[in-house]
Amino acid sequence: MNTKHYLLRNRDVSHIDQIDVYEANEGYAALRQALKDYQPDELVAMVKKSGLRGRGGAGFPTGMKWGFLPNDGRSRYLVVNSDEAEPGTFKDRELIEENPHQLVEGIIISSYATRASEAYIYCRGEFRRGAEQLRRAVQEAYDHGYLGKNILGTEFSLDLKVYRGAGAYICGEESALLESLEGKRGNPRLKPPFPAVAGLYGGPTVVNNVETICNLPPLVTYGPEWYTSMGTEKSPGLKIMSVSGRVRRPGNYEIPLATPLRTLIEEYAGGLLPGRTVKAVIPGGSSVPLLMPDQLDTPLDYESVMKAGSMLGSGGCIVLDDQVCIVGATARLVKFYREESCGKCTPCREGTYWMTDVLERIEHGMGQNSDLDLLSDVADNIAGKCFCPLGDASLGVLVSALKHFRHEFEAHVAGHECPMGARLYDTVNH
Amino acid sequence: MKPEWQVWAKEAKEEFPRANSALMPLLHRIQLEEGWLSDATIADVAQLMGLPVQYVESVVSFYSLFHQEPVGKKVVHVCVGLSCALAGSDELMHQLEQQLGVKEGQTTADGAYTLLEAECLAACDKAPVAQVNLRYVGPVAPEDAARLLSEEVSS
Ligand SMILES: Cc1cc2nc3c(=O)[nH]c(=O)nc-3n(C[C@H](O)[C@H](O)[C@H](O)COP(=O)(O)O)c2cc1C
Ligand code: SF4
Ligand code: FES
Repeated sequence: MNTKHYLLRNRDVSHIDQIDVYEANEGYAALRQALKDYQPDELVAMVKKSGLRGRGGAGFPTGMKWGFLPNDGRSRYLVVNSDEAEPGTFKDRELIEENPHQLVEGIIISSYATRASEAYIYCRGEFRRGAEQLRRAVQEAYDHGYLGKNILGTEFSLDLKVYRGAGAYICGEESALLESLEGKRGNPRLKPPFPAVAGLYGGPTVVNNVETICNLPPLVTYGPEWYTSMGTEKSPGLKIMSVSGRVRRPGNYEIPLATPLRTLIEEYAGGLLPGRTVKAVIPGGSSVPLLMPDQLDTPLDYESVMKAGSMLGSGGCIVLDDQVCIVGATARLVKFYREESCGKCTPCREGTYWMTDVLERIEHGMGQNSDLDLLSDVADNIAGKCFCPLGDASLGVLVSALKHFRHEFEAHVAGHECPMGARLYDTVNH
Repeated sequence: MKPEWQVWAKEAKEEFPRANSALMPLLHRIQLEEGWLSDATIADVAQLMGLPVQYVESVVSFYSLFHQEPVGKKVVHVCVGLSCALAGSDELMHQLEQQLGVKEGQTTADGAYTLLEAECLAACDKAPVAQVNLRYVGPVAPEDAARLLSEEVSS
């Protein structure tokens, strides 16, 4: 097991959220080094070489994304996505609450690399302490000359602002986030154009996840070879996995990519409760298909998890044991998408509503045999037919649950009750 | 309209000068003082921002943390996301409903509490988790519902 932390250094150094402690532990040294030893393009090349992939969910190569910015002289923006709300994912919250200067330093390095002159952190509205920590850290960084005009005596200048969302999962989607940051309703935009070309205020914009950007200080300090020495060729480096559900030690764990799922659950998260067995695992946040007990040896890297039929996604790993009712669990996840559908397109808005209704009906023993086909039908009408990825995201768990656990759905219908006696309060007729 | 709102609007516009980016920061700041955003407040904000009232209203209504009804002194959000549900969030919600004598979504008659459900609060390691005035409290076992209600929270 990994004992030394890089991204989660807050576990090893207490009060690292304070600037003096952060500085005393090599804080802002990577920034000094980046400004002194690297031209911006060299940093982009370094990030490309490291193979760092975006940690917001899609795993898009970060260096490549930075390379898409057009060279047309317009001023550029860096926007950091701290809207973390994908069920099961809680790494960004720890990163901003416990070590905000690491993110601030990463933002300054990334802005220098991408030649951005303004940066924004879009912080989830519910993260009240997170926003306070970030605001304080940003102010301290200004006071110490890490932000503002002529940073550390160089030509490079940067302004960084913290912006609070107000409760809407869809604002984690980058184009909806930009709408929200412009003071509008958070409805996704039509793509293309992508943010690199027309993003915030119409300008060229990089949107990156909190964890992605937190990789920058250690990357500069230890170099791309350090990063590629971990994980696989296509998934190098470190990833924070958030483990929750039926494990003994739920929490965030920093792992080298390609660590087996079994190791994450049994060693890092302390295994299951006594006498329990794994029923299924959601490896990468609520939008991804289930992995089954015979897939526990799957290495946690992007390509292996994909090959196993799921996705590493945001790294939100929810463990379901044999005492969990799969119908109830699925109902709860689909309800999330019903609540968070922005309502812009019909298949998503209506479909998530109907699926939740049907699932809760089945869970409460009031389902009919035809309901299973109805679920598949509604799912078909959502798949690939929505304006943004949220619609499809609502299907990941449902479709795989219907495939692997159809007998459980049928048992609910046949027995007119949940065989596990699960109690779920009805959210549809609330 | 309170006199300080004009100062706040000016400050928000200085920090976020482009598009309507000053709107949400201003709404947050006013709601923190007022507790909620009444129709009159929304009209005032529209005036301060130079925006149509309908526009501000449409933005406010999009976001679940902007309250368009009066709320209690303590706003209790109970996470009912999957990881919290697996740890007993629904039972916790039932307990709170019983102890407060209100249903989810309602405010107690004395104006002390508003009880709301939340989707995953990104703190599943503390399941079942709640927020009181957006401050995390957790894990809160269902039998600890009373403790959650009496918890001191900084505003
Ligand atoms: C519905 C939806 C919700 C999303 N939520 C988040 C989020 O909370 N945080 C995040 O970083 N990315 C989220 N994303 C992905 C972003 O759109 C974007 O791809 C990401 O911020 C890019 O950063 P990265 O390349 O560093 O991963 C979401 C995407 C969708 C479709
Ligand atoms: S798929 Fe859902 S969330 Fe996305 S635009 Fe359509 S209604 Fe909105
Ligand atoms: S499910 Fe409750 S915090 Fe994630």
